[in-house]
Amino acid sequence: MDRRKTLKLMVAGSAATGLVLTGCESPKTSSDAGQSKVDLENDLGYGRTDEELVRDKALVKESFFSDHDLATITVLADIILPADGDHPSASNAGVVEFIDFMALDRPTFQVPLSGGLRWLDHESSVRFNKVFKDASADQQIAIVDDIAYPEDAKPEMSQGVKFFSTMRDLVLTGYFTSKPGLEDLGFMGNVPNVWDGVPQEVLDKHNLAYDEKTLKECVDQSTRNEIMDWSDYKL
Amino acid sequence: MFQIKEQAKKYDVLIVGSGAGGGMSAQILAEAGLKVALLEAGPNFDPADPETQTQMKWPYESPRRGASTDTRSFGDFDMAYGGWQINGEPYTRKGNSEFDWFRSRMVGGRTNHWGRISLRFGPLDFKRKDHDGKGDNWPIGYDDVAPYYDRVDKMVGVYGTRENIPNEPDGYFLPPPKPRLHEMYLKKDLKKIGIPVIAARKSVLTKKLNNKRGVCFYCQQCNRTCTAYADFSSSSVLVQPALETGNVDLYVNAMVREVLTDDNGKATGVSYVDRVEMKEYSVKAKVVVLAASACSSARILLNSKSEKYPNGLANSSGLVGKYLHDSTGASRSAILPHLMDRIRYNEDGVRGIHVYTPWWLNDKKDLDFTRGYHIEYGGGMNVPLYGFGMGMEKKNGLVPGPDGKKKKAGGYGLDLKEDVKRFWGAGIGFAGRGESIPQKDNYCEIDPNVVDKYGIPVLRFNYNWTDDEINQAKHMQDTFEEIIHTMGGIPMGEKPGKESNYGLEAPGRIIHEVGTTRMGHNSKDSVTNSFGQTHDVDNLFVMDGGVFVSQADKNPTWTILALAMRSSEYLIDELKKMSI
Ligand SMILES: Cc1cc2nc3c(=O)[nH]c(=O)nc-3n(C[C@H](O)[C@H](O)[C@H](O)COP(=O)(O)OP(=O)(O)OC[C@H]3O[C@@H](n4cnc5c(N)ncnc54)[C@H](O)[C@@H]3O)c2cc1C
Ligand code: SF4
Repeated sequence: MDRRKTLKLMVAGSAATGLVLTGCESPKTSSDAGQSKVDLENDLGYGRTDEELVRDKALVKESFFSDHDLATITVLADIILPADGDHPSASNAGVVEFIDFMALDRPTFQVPLSGGLRWLDHESSVRFNKVFKDASADQQIAIVDDIAYPEDAKPEMSQGVKFFSTMRDLVLTGYFTSKPGLEDLGFMGNVPNVWDGVPQEVLDKHNLAYDEKTLKECVDQSTRNEIMDWSDYKL
Repeated sequence: MFQIKEQAKKYDVLIVGSGAGGGMSAQILAEAGLKVALLEAGPNFDPADPETQTQMKWPYESPRRGASTDTRSFGDFDMAYGGWQINGEPYTRKGNSEFDWFRSRMVGGRTNHWGRISLRFGPLDFKRKDHDGKGDNWPIGYDDVAPYYDRVDKMVGVYGTRENIPNEPDGYFLPPPKPRLHEMYLKKDLKKIGIPVIAARKSVLTKKLNNKRGVCFYCQQCNRTCTAYADFSSSSVLVQPALETGNVDLYVNAMVREVLTDDNGKATGVSYVDRVEMKEYSVKAKVVVLAASACSSARILLNSKSEKYPNGLANSSGLVGKYLHDSTGASRSAILPHLMDRIRYNEDGVRGIHVYTPWWLNDKKDLDFTRGYHIEYGGGMNVPLYGFGMGMEKKNGLVPGPDGKKKKAGGYGLDLKEDVKRFWGAGIGFAGRGESIPQKDNYCEIDPNVVDKYGIPVLRFNYNWTDDEINQAKHMQDTFEEIIHTMGGIPMGEKPGKESNYGLEAPGRIIHEVGTTRMGHNSKDSVTNSFGQTHDVDNLFVMDGGVFVSQADKNPTWTILALAMRSSEYLIDELKKMSI
């Protein structure tokens, strides 16, 4: 374990007067001289264990796809989600980097994605004598139209359909989990909140209302900071 | 040289594991002034530590947007160090039987990320055999446990409503949060088909319980553990107060290998491997309490072999590891077209359910299965994480577009983007969680050929469902379809049929595994008495789900807590009487 953390935990433990013991007389840690110089600074922004830091830091430095493939993914991503008013295109929302990371993080993506990109270039070359990214916008769309609708696609397009569905999945997830994507969606959560039920205008729209019993039983949020008192409570 | 170093200090009680059972035991024993050693295989953990915090992080702060990894099975914001597999700590299965085992290695164990559904067992649940002739009764009844449930409610906190339903005992509840939109629909629509929908019962503080813990601020992320301590995690709610008494030494990264015994067969302490230094230690105590989770405690007992106990410790019954059982589970999902195009607002609420359906057919005699299940519901405008928007080609051809025309499934472009926005919050999920009949032939045992990286022999599982569980899953699927139909929903995917056991999850998947050191009257039918004290070794106790005779259709943790409290107080009395 990282010495810094070990010490901190021991301090935290002893401050609480109980002891936290690791058994180590002198904790041997990665920061000790002679140990590998793995950077364990937890600067990825969200609580990672040492094991996770080592792996993630290595992954974010790498790239799985070639520049050619990245360029193709960029074209595809922006066909799937183009810019829209104030909202950026998928590639401008970081989706290409996300897909590149996922291919490293989940190696099962590697063959389907790089193979799918080859399939696309092959298809484009046969039809238009150009790799996909160099084809005209109309030509690109002509191919995409053949693989974007699973139920209507021709049987000989099935591998392309499968590939496009995977790309669509990754582009949608990548976009809507990005900062601009969350805004675009209208996500309003992940902030401290006091949930007090469905807003009235929504209830009205759905012709619903909280009944008396529910209102009486559910928490009265004006009393949320009072300590619960069961003195008049009967089981 | 291989050497076992003995820790100098001798304790009154040594507890193995700091999850629900171990945390409760530590807290009760420490409060009573006993000197306690608490040994935990994982690292120290405090939900409020900003270094480890994942609560309130944004999806894009994770390069994988919260997707699962080998180190976090339920997504990389989830607060469980461990998962279905742990590097260097394998387990095996016998033949082609299935069992999946979820472990967390950290102070607080799996209670840092559990679902917080906190249900009491009812009077029937302790005496099912009297009613259906299957399995076994518990040696105790609801009245024996009720006072402890009462105290757990007040000590830990749980929201809910008093409903007066015979086998769903009420407790000392905090007021629940109001239902969300889909939950309002559930309440309204299910009335028509006689399926009750009541407030959920979850250990989340909707009001203050004391001045040490905060109140829920509705972030919907209890699985990431609450930095305000507003949900129940053993780490914050039990282990910390126990440490504050000054009576507990917490040994972290201490992987217990076996219980040590003397010539008289009494427990004297345990030996453990320090996971960081890979050195062996022993700690001595007057009493040993195993609370390493049902299967881990059974493993420790089975590995504690000696000349006197060649089949493992406390195992004269031969039942250690036997009667392993998990809850059943099956699920389905649907789209509610009238919940498309929703008005946006913050619908996070408490993590998971605000309402649920308790088992409603106890009196129905003509079912082709024996025990019941409850239903948990998913839905709402949840935070997009990895997986969001996936499978649109299976959805967007199902409902007409805003122009009233059906469209081709799949697609791309702004039209597709609009579809994703339209469908957000229109999905609803149904998960049945049911009671299985414990079988002696479902068990964990020591694999004769495999050890983990500490050299400790590992568990091998053998588990098969019976028709009772399979037919129950069928009933769940029929019920889900009926509900979906009643609500005017569109079911997603094919209805799971016979070939997939009606979607019945593999044993272990519901993570309610219990029964491996069952309690009973004597060493012929059981491993421990009703206080978790082993019949064979009077200074050795088990205080986790291992002691369950049967796992009701209620999630187990509230009962683990109540029983650990009861057993710990018995232990204190016995120590005072000098009878152990
Ligand atoms: C995703 C999820 C959701 C859940 N939801 C619910 C729910 O809503 N309601 C409910 O009631 N239950 C739920 N559960 C189950 C609940 O988490 C368990 O019932 C509960 O945590 C069991 O407590 P325990 O003390 O027996 O074991 P654990 O909480 O697993 O703690 C055991 C501890 O012992 C340690 N340990 C194990 N072996 C050793 C060893 N050899 N030496 C030293 N230490 C050891 C472990 O590292 C661990 O910290 C859920 C579980 C999961 C995973
Ligand atoms: S939902 Fe409430 S209790 Fe759960 S983590 Fe968020 S603030 Fe804490």
